[in-house]
Amino acid sequence: MIEFHNVSKRYPGSCDALSQVSFKLSSGEMAFLTGHSGAGKSTLLKLIAVLIRPTNGQVLINNENIGHISRRRIPYVRRNVGIIFQDHKLLFDRTVFDNVALPLVISGLPHREIGRRVRASLDKVGLLNKEKSLPITLSGGQQQRVGIARAVVNKPPILLADEPTGNLDPALSLEIMELFAQFQQVGVSVLIASHDLDLISQMGHRVLTLDEGRLTAGGMHNAPQGGLR
Amino acid sequence: MISPGVYIARHMQVMLATLGEMVRSPMSNLMTIAVMGIALALPTGLHVILKNVQQVTAQWDGAAQISLFMKQSVTDKQADQLALILKQRQDVKSVTRITRSQALEEFRKNSGFGEALEALEDNPFPAVIVVFPTEESDNLLTVQSMLASFKERPEVELAQLDMQWLKRLYAIMDFGRRGIWVLAAMLSLSVLLVVGNTIRLAIQNRRDEIEIIKLIGGTDAFIRRPFLYTGFWYGLSGGILSWLLVTLSIWLLSGPVSQLATLYDSNYSLTSLDFYGSVVLLCLSIFLGLVGSWIAVSRHLDAIEPE
Repeated sequence: MIEFHNVSKRYPGSCDALSQVSFKLSSGEMAFLTGHSGAGKSTLLKLIAVLIRPTNGQVLINNENIGHISRRRIPYVRRNVGIIFQDHKLLFDRTVFDNVALPLVISGLPHREIGRRVRASLDKVGLLNKEKSLPITLSGGQQQRVGIARAVVNKPPILLADEPTGNLDPALSLEIMELFAQFQQVGVSVLIASHDLDLISQMGHRVLTLDEGRLTAGGMHNAPQGGLR
Repeated sequence: MISPGVYIARHMQVMLATLGEMVRSPMSNLMTIAVMGIALALPTGLHVILKNVQQVTAQWDGAAQISLFMKQSVTDKQADQLALILKQRQDVKSVTRITRSQALEEFRKNSGFGEALEALEDNPFPAVIVVFPTEESDNLLTVQSMLASFKERPEVELAQLDMQWLKRLYAIMDFGRRGIWVLAAMLSLSVLLVVGNTIRLAIQNRRDEIEIIKLIGGTDAFIRRPFLYTGFWYGLSGGILSWLLVTLSIWLLSGPVSQLATLYDSNYSLTSLDFYGSVVLLCLSIFLGLVGSWIAVSRHLDAIEPE
């Protein structure tokens, strides 16, 4: 699903944020991406979401090299990648329903279909009764779950999460992680950047470790469910 | 892929949503619309006034006449003969004679210098022949060549075309028309800038939203759409406002104008913007709204990239 071949990324005027990173994440595989701040976790996720382009090497999603796709193609690649952000990135002037519906509206789904799918997605994260609420009235954990509902509502084959539990207490964090595991079980590839090592070891999935831009563990390891404990 | 029905439904939905947003925050939008309306009303109003002047002067167009003043030595009888000759011409519709004594009599009656005239021994007035060209030859070129040929006749002291002032009026109106175009072009440009600036601010206000939409795979067209529809609504409402302003102004002027016309023994009344003109005004206004927002969107949307 996701393949990195000797990928390097150098920002103008600095050293390599990523260097020679190679790994493969299959469909239905879940992995954690860990490392110190500045180790290159965000850079790696941004490459998958085509927010930045690699300086060297190839990034393949579904066997398509997204390093050199045209600007016009980018939105269509992003539709296959559900992204969950630490700060949720919700629209605070719209209801929970409208926030979750946004990816479907963008894809141009008929109105009826949108309602059905949004409710299914909200049901999945346990917020069906909050569809008419404004995000500001929800707790941090609930907002994060709205973000997850939005990321999965159009059933993308890939889920990325950047520090999804950064602001949550351990119990809520575990709850969120278990939610991700459920998506993995239905065939979604899930890649979660996190530095919460306790939580990661608790979950027991593959771990990719980045250190100063280099992948020091978990690189070519490619077995689903293979945990590094 | 998106089916055509869904595509149209989405457009309608965005169209109504942007209208709803404008209605919800009326004050800031009214300012923009008012600036557009006034800026467009100015050249449109001047255009309507010029059109009215044209209508009035068109009635005078067939009024060309050439006055031939005979030399002092020419008697009334000789002038009569010349008048008969001129009447034979193809391009002359009719000829009027004013004898020397008629001219004297008329001047005595109208000028108030009657007593001064008593002191003169001779009648100082020449005989006059007024020539009216036929309708076919009643245009500036033909009339001017007629004038030249009359001037060459030995009996004629002075041949005068009483159309000179009309010619000058036309020249002034041409100048006015050109001026209105220049004004319209400049004000259209300012309308573009006003719409562009308003849309630019709207884009900045919705920066976060645009970023999020880009992150979750919204195409440029999807992001552009609401701003273009906002531009469309600005254009339409600005156009309607300027139409109202022009119509109201003409209505306010129509009373005094018809009074003035009565004083000139005319039943002339002002005409406002006709249907065709109104359609052109609205279309132009919508066009300016769309182009203004398009410029703003294409300049500022690329600058917003998610981090």
